[in-house]
Amino acid sequence: MNAESSVPTAAGAVGVARPRVEGRAKVTGGARYSADEPVPGLAFGAVVVSTITRGRVLDIDVAAVQDMPGVLGVIDHRNAPRLNPEAGHFFGPDGGLRLLQDDVIPHAGRPIALVVGETPEQAYAAAQALPVVYDVRPHDTEFFFGHPAGRPASALFDGPVDVGDVDAELAASAVVVDERYGTPEEHCSAMEPHSATAWWEGERLQAVDSNQGPYQIAVTLATLFCLPPERVRIRVEHVGGGFGSKGMCGPQLILAVMAATRFGRPVRVTLTRDQVFLATAQRPATDQVIRIGADADGRLRAIDHVAAFELSPLAEYIEGCTELTKTLYAAPAIRTRLTAVPLDILPPYSMRAPGAAPGSFALESAMDELAERLEMDPLELRLRNEPVVGPVSGLPFSSRNLVACLRQGARRFGWADRDHRPRMRREGSLLVGTGLAATSFSTGAFPSTASITAEPDGTFTVVVAATDLGTGARTALTAIAADALEVGVEKIGLRISDSDLGPAWSAGGSRGTASWAWAITEAAAKMRGPERPATVTADTAHLLGELPSRERHAYSAVFAEVTVDPATSEVRVRRLLGLFAVGRVINPLMARSQVIGGMVGGLSMALHEEGVRDPVSGRHVNPDFAGYHIAAHADVPDIEAEFVPDHEPGLPMGVKGAGEIGNVGTAAAIANAVWHATGVRQRQLPIRLDRVLED
Amino acid sequence: MKEFAYQRASGISEALRLAAGNDDVRYLGGGTNLVDLMKAGVESPTRLVDVRFLPLDGIRQVPGGGLEIGATTTNSDLAAHPEVRRRYPALSQAVLAGASGQLRNMATVAGNLLQRTRCSYFADPSQPCNKRAPGSGCSAIAGAHHNHAVLSWSPHCVATNPSDMAVALAAFDAVVRYETLDGAGDIPLEEFYLPVGDTPERETALPPGALITAVRLPESAISPLSRYRKVRERASYAFATVSIAADLDIRDGVVRSSRIALGGVASRPWRARTAESLLLDGPATADRFRTAAEAELAAAEPLPGNAYKVTLARNLIVAVLTDLAASPY
Repeated sequence: MNAESSVPTAAGAVGVARPRVEGRAKVTGGARYSADEPVPGLAFGAVVVSTITRGRVLDIDVAAVQDMPGVLGVIDHRNAPRLNPEAGHFFGPDGGLRLLQDDVIPHAGRPIALVVGETPEQAYAAAQALPVVYDVRPHDTEFFFGHPAGRPASALFDGPVDVGDVDAELAASAVVVDERYGTPEEHCSAMEPHSATAWWEGERLQAVDSNQGPYQIAVTLATLFCLPPERVRIRVEHVGGGFGSKGMCGPQLILAVMAATRFGRPVRVTLTRDQVFLATAQRPATDQVIRIGADADGRLRAIDHVAAFELSPLAEYIEGCTELTKTLYAAPAIRTRLTAVPLDILPPYSMRAPGAAPGSFALESAMDELAERLEMDPLELRLRNEPVVGPVSGLPFSSRNLVACLRQGARRFGWADRDHRPRMRREGSLLVGTGLAATSFSTGAFPSTASITAEPDGTFTVVVAATDLGTGARTALTAIAADALEVGVEKIGLRISDSDLGPAWSAGGSRGTASWAWAITEAAAKMRGPERPATVTADTAHLLGELPSRERHAYSAVFAEVTVDPATSEVRVRRLLGLFAVGRVINPLMARSQVIGGMVGGLSMALHEEGVRDPVSGRHVNPDFAGYHIAAHADVPDIEAEFVPDHEPGLPMGVKGAGEIGNVGTAAAIANAVWHATGVRQRQLPIRLDRVLED
Repeated sequence: MKEFAYQRASGISEALRLAAGNDDVRYLGGGTNLVDLMKAGVESPTRLVDVRFLPLDGIRQVPGGGLEIGATTTNSDLAAHPEVRRRYPALSQAVLAGASGQLRNMATVAGNLLQRTRCSYFADPSQPCNKRAPGSGCSAIAGAHHNHAVLSWSPHCVATNPSDMAVALAAFDAVVRYETLDGAGDIPLEEFYLPVGDTPERETALPPGALITAVRLPESAISPLSRYRKVRERASYAFATVSIAADLDIRDGVVRSSRIALGGVASRPWRARTAESLLLDGPATADRFRTAAEAELAAAEPLPGNAYKVTLARNLIVAVLTDLAASPY
């Protein structure tokens, strides 16, 4: 296939709304999640986590629980298998993976022991009873811009840029916005807790695990335990949400492998709800300052975006808050800098729309503030600054349909009638406001392999190590394979969710479908070639390099209407509308469901989500769904999503990612609507009622 | 989870005998709070005496016009009862403002009265908490206390009572009825929850081993226009930041009587007696409501993280009383 393909025209399965292929199994309880897999001779591990934020383990009194009913034993730093310090992930070696290797406690909630028992209840009872003595050391979990430990963030991506003369352009601007925005620690909060079951079959390590990419995690696990990759197999049939927290080799898997190795039988480790909060990846807090200068007609002269985020000394990470700033609007001068502040916290990792979600909150709030000061329609301000090429990169856009999203959304939402002055609309005692945000999320593909076998009965077995997090990947890939092979979906037998199926990218970075679809279409092209082989395998690694450099992004415009009760300061979202340009839509039913889910995530980010730490102990105060709020049904009364025609020429089927774009703009749209309702800016998320309350 | 004995009581006297003389016994109603606490290791009873199937459910008329609500009546049945909705609508509204449909179907009236605070330090056995482990200290006072008490707390505990139902019961002068092996007794709801003092672990005035049998609502409190309003961070499935149960009796523009109780501000439902007495026989105006609210809240001692609750409680009192005053009589 050419790197820049033409728009596919054949009518087929792609573009047709179809329910999930596994839908019936899920609603009837037949679908097996990781903790459901029946395994004979299973033992259960219960994790013990640190109740201090920094220090050392002085003693773990194993003898005190060894004789409790059903207890098989305890693994801690004194008897755990040694792990390879080179093991890591995208950002390099990760000390967060090196569990039970020494007595050091780098953060609260760090796993420090695993109690293994015959039943989950017995293991859990002993874990609760296990006496641990700590040497408590002073800790620092207090994040803020300008923290003395701050240092330039890794420049693996979202590195600093400085185009044009920002200072001169700001000085020449008629209006300058200079404001600071903050977002708190946030947790992925997937419904399904992380669970892994591990056992040895001869020389081969087998595991069933809740994760976003079995192949990549098998590679990490093999490195961690110093095994050749072919001796590790990981399966993951159904996943109850990941949101980034299952993108890595999780503590449940590492500890289950340790226990299976030590006790010579299958061991299942399922995190408790609080352990999911304490020990699996979170979004770091961010603290951002944005300066935007514009002429009186609204044309931008400069954007200066500096952002700080927290991380752990154990692992590198980038919360790329400034990425959008480099591509969303035309401005002759753009400068960005990212600062990382190492603190005594769990290593943060990618959580839904990493970087873009907090970054767009800051950028799109600042744009709204600029419109306010210019006394201009915020929609018009955005239209006026539409770039022709990447404002920093100078590269052409592969396809850019933000304007269509904005215009179509504005029509549908009734934006034209809006009085742009704040605090002008009341319904009964309630203040009513509307707001919008524009946004983008980068799109692309990572190397993957896929195989196709033509079966004697005329069907095709399509094999790719993809994962379906509940988004409908199975259903989408089935349609893609059917069209690529020019057969009906009933002829496709899809196998996914197994590291043995070959190298593949994970369900993450909004690149799952694009990466897997590319491998499938390549394999299908070979299958349909003149030699008509019975089995083909394709690897896209070499093709990715041939893709021309372009600005490749999905786009959206999000419109929100909120009410604020001036007496109680309760903020409720009454309407949310998102217009999306996500390339070709594979399955409108599931794509809509996914972007609406993303918008609900953005709503939760705007109003609810906040990981709270005790200011004295540094420990999490709300590691459960009672304390860590996400939107309930009553919080999302009217939410709609539509897609504008769009096509990504560089990727097969013209797809872009739909995984994260739904999330990105929503928080700013809501914050802007709250300003429009009340006249007061909300620059710190979440928009809690105490922050809105008027005396 | 520690092993425990489970026994289903066949009658009140058997339940009382099974619980007698043993601090480690708990009565089990719907279990919607107790079982969670047992899983978390906060409660570890040696025996559960299941009283859910005792003949203590149902709501019946009391001579004179009041209602008696059986202890094991579910929250759902309480909220849906036509006479509760007609005579004490704020009670029905309060119950419906709490938890979820599934929980309300399980939870009992007595269990609701005895539910424990949702202070996160209380719920985590690895944290100091005087209510759970007397003498270990209060983590919330110097810690995260955004949703904690502003009235009548002590240096030993700053937790709030989480019940919505109890706030309405406080406004309606409810009386809690109980049985012990030594006989029956009554406690007015306003005296049911003990002051925090230096014993936050002692939450109610119930004698040891007592079993709540009913809650009685007096005829004098019938308030067909009463209202419950719950302020919370999300639209459902959240405990109150501040809540209010209120009723006003206005004739010719003058307040003849009022009932005001607040939730989310103290270790117990807070009957706003100061505000009520200030409003009595005065004009029903927003200014007066505000003056009364401020007088009530003058005793508030907020912590740095929850001072907003004082403003919020004041605003809420004024808003709800203003609404009530504007309602057609």
